[in-house]
Amino acid sequence: MSTTTDTQWQLWEIFVQSETGAPHEHAGSLHAPDAEMALQNARDVYSRRGEAISIWVVPTQCITATTPSDTQPFFDPAQDKIYRHPQFYHVPKSVKGL
Amino acid sequence: MSSEKQELQQFEARINAGEKIEPKDWMPERYRTQLIRMISQHAHSEIVGMLPEGNWITRAPSLRRKMSLIAKVQDEAGHGLYLYCAAETLGADRKDLIDDLLEGKAKYSQIFNYPTLSWADIGVIGWFVDGAAIVNQTMLAKSSYGPYSRANLRICKEENFHKKQGYEIVATMAKGTPEQREMVQDAVNRWWWPSLMMFGPTDTQSPNSAELMKWKVKLQSNDDLRQRFVNLTVPQAKAVNLTLPDPDLRYDEKTHDWHFGKINWEEFFEVINGNGPCNKERMSARRKAHNDGEWVREAAEAYAKKKIKR
Amino acid sequence: MKTEQEYLFEFLLRLGDDQLILGHRLSEWCGHAPILEEDIALANISLDCIGQSSALLKLAAEIEEKGRTEDTLAYFREATQFKNIQLVEQPNGDFAFTIARQFLFDVYVYLLYEKIQHSTHPTLSGIAAKAFKEITYHLRHSKEWMLRLGDGTEESHKRLQNAVDELWTFTDELFAFDEVENALVSAKIIPPLISLQQEWNEMVKKVLAEATIKLFNEQCYKVKGSRKGKHSEHLGHLLAEMQILARSFPTAKW
Repeated sequence: MSTTTDTQWQLWEIFVQSETGAPHEHAGSLHAPDAEMALQNARDVYSRRGEAISIWVVPTQCITATTPSDTQPFFDPAQDKIYRHPQFYHVPKSVKGL
Repeated sequence: MSSEKQELQQFEARINAGEKIEPKDWMPERYRTQLIRMISQHAHSEIVGMLPEGNWITRAPSLRRKMSLIAKVQDEAGHGLYLYCAAETLGADRKDLIDDLLEGKAKYSQIFNYPTLSWADIGVIGWFVDGAAIVNQTMLAKSSYGPYSRANLRICKEENFHKKQGYEIVATMAKGTPEQREMVQDAVNRWWWPSLMMFGPTDTQSPNSAELMKWKVKLQSNDDLRQRFVNLTVPQAKAVNLTLPDPDLRYDEKTHDWHFGKINWEEFFEVINGNGPCNKERMSARRKAHNDGEWVREAAEAYAKKKIKR
Repeated sequence: MKTEQEYLFEFLLRLGDDQLILGHRLSEWCGHAPILEEDIALANISLDCIGQSSALLKLAAEIEEKGRTEDTLAYFREATQFKNIQLVEQPNGDFAFTIARQFLFDVYVYLLYEKIQHSTHPTLSGIAAKAFKEITYHLRHSKEWMLRLGDGTEESHKRLQNAVDELWTFTDELFAFDEVENALVSAKIIPPLISLQQEWNEMVKKVLAEATIKLFNEQCYKVKGSRKGKHSEHLGHLLAEMQILARSFPTAKW
């Protein structure tokens, strides 16, 4: 078996949109030889119960992700920027519509 | 303190705090290999598990039953697929995992090495085998490894209907003709004990359990899960007037558990090590599908390459 | 002379039996397909076919008004009473054979249901419209596989070429319309089907060409008669398996 060039095809990441206006969310992965088959397989694997109205497929190898060592420099600095949140600001209570 | 030791401490602290471990996070090599082993066994079980039930697709007694059985067996393919993908996040390759199965190096649930002899088996498998799987997978949905936990969550959602369709078949047959009643009782008699074995050896005999529980890959022991399954199933059997084949079955007022008789572990180890009634048939069916499919997989790959070149 | 109701019943059996027998054949792949993803795809198509057949046979039974149901029609008729084309009852063979059989059928039902969805019979039109969407997807799936197998490797090309050669003998029957369809067209229940064969030929040949598959034996012997109940020997075996349980306990409910 392992002497042949046989493969299980390359890995793809599948993103599905569940309704109009909703973002595409990661549903899972699957194997496919090319983009068209990845779309078809995604439809059958991740939308058997009508979970999708739109599907994106991306070769897994094309995804660049942060690593765990990035976590602190990437995300911690955003934790204390309280001026980005509306609760930071004090305005007169009697004024509506702010 | 060595950095490895420090990392292990941090890793275990995260797990104890209920955090999920993600693919790129640091993890002990042992956690990785144990997970790959466990997740791929789970995946193989789904795939081999398609065969005993698939055996009745072409003989299902009504169009409605035929469609629900196809949909159920198809779901199992989907679940195998999700699980292989979860194992792949740990650096395993689906091709290697499948090769291991086909070369007899990897294990799968012993339950799928029993034959499906009548239509009632389809009902009882849905009720017992999927019932047991749901008990197990509900726990695994809380597993410490993120991708495995998510796969199980999705599986649990989808498997909801599996147990129900099984029990519906059982209930229908139990109040059917005398022959149907006899068929369904016979299926209960054959599947009950192997279903209890599905949870694996008793805790003292289970080599991997302690480690898996320490790292919260599993959150409950084999025996606890088995007891939970028995407690759930006994009243369900009574509700349709079927007898579970265990003369020692009795309710314990103190623990609120249904106490059950002794499991034949000799049979369990025989079957898991290759000597069950259908081990050979199951493996040869999987090998045939794999070998017959090789030229198809190659063709699709060749076409994709040609298209890129053009 | 038959009544319009009888013709419609007969027509629905033809449509429903095609889908039932093909759906059954596809379900035989379940657990045995070349790769996991394709196992799921074939099961989906099988489910669509059996679902369509269930709706069509149910409507047939209602129109017949003899107390039958979709299940009694599926499980309690003899091979000679089945009205499906021989194409769909052929055993699965290898994956190339299954795909070629599916593709030839998909183009046929794609064109056929595209028309029937405009039936003046509201239930039939509803069933056909729903089926047409499903079939559109089936056709995309089988067409894409035709291209991959035809233009994939030497081996896949050879296998697909053999499959098409072998299956061509079953293709005339797809268009064996007779007094049944004619009566329904005259009664304006379904639109004319006259252009179907030519449209089918054009669509099929276009894809075959793209898949680098040749039509060596276009003029080969063509089977006929299955719309009147004349089948290959395969159907009897298929039904023996499909009907065994239902027929062994005819009074039982499942």
